Amino acid sequence: MVTIETPRSPRSRKSANREKLAWLFMRASGVILIVLVFGHLYINLFTGEGIKAIDFAFVAGKWADPFWQVWDTAMLWLALIHGTNGMRTLVNDYSERERTRKILNTSLWTVCILLVILGTLVTTTFDPCPDTSVVDALPQFCNK
Amino acid sequence: MPTKPTGTLYRGKTGMWAWVLHRITGVAIFFFLLVHVLDTALVRLSPEAYNEVIATYKTPVIGFAELGLVAAVLYHGLNGVRVILIDFWSKGSKYQVAMFWIVIALAVTTLAIFAPRHIANVLSHMSEGGH
Repeated sequence: MVTIETPRSPRSRKSANREKLAWLFMRASGVILIVLVFGHLYINLFTGEGIKAIDFAFVAGKWADPFWQVWDTAMLWLALIHGTNGMRTLVNDYSERERTRKILNTSLWTVCILLVILGTLVTTTFDPCPDTSVVDALPQFCNK
Repeated sequence: MPTKPTGTLYRGKTGMWAWVLHRITGVAIFFFLLVHVLDTALVRLSPEAYNEVIATYKTPVIGFAELGLVAAVLYHGLNGVRVILIDFWSKGSKYQVAMFWIVIALAVTTLAIFAPRHIANVLSHMSEGGH
């Protein structure tokens, strides 16, 4: 007779609580991301000339406004953590060896943290009028 | 008489396919997100570097691929609302199949409004020779 562990028993009480938090985070961040991502796509791809209009000057124009800096930074953090946690559930579901699972999950969170740091530095230290030989590439408000 | 084993492959219906599609679109969006954070980070390097790389997003092939990306985002977001309703609304699981078709209808409608406009932008960019 084969006995199997009750599938419902978590690895530990602590990780069960963490899983519940992760589950809640996916739903809470998901709702906020619908507003942030759908808004992002609407403004950048649907209004005006859409994809055609996107260049350095466009981004500089947006990030000259703290509203879009906050919007994009929030979107960056939430999307990366939501996406990485989603990938974690897939890795947990499909990896067959414990070692593989650990390596993949560690890589996922490493990439997530690096991109969150990189992205946050970009949105917060961005200079819309940098020194450049190609003045045409700059937004109009730089030529004053 | 013993009957033949029917196999062990789970054959779910609408709910399973909604779940499969949620996973596939999620993975696709995740990998695009990694690329997108990196390409946007180029604004910090130089305006020319950013403009050069972002120009590839305006080419016909990538331009059409963006329709797939937008479709994936629409499905994943709307189906996410369906998942939340199944979890928190007492009648959620009763109406999950109907909600799946509402998700598909909303995604298709939104894409139908977005696509002509986006394709026009991509094609006019091409006919103007890009830049």
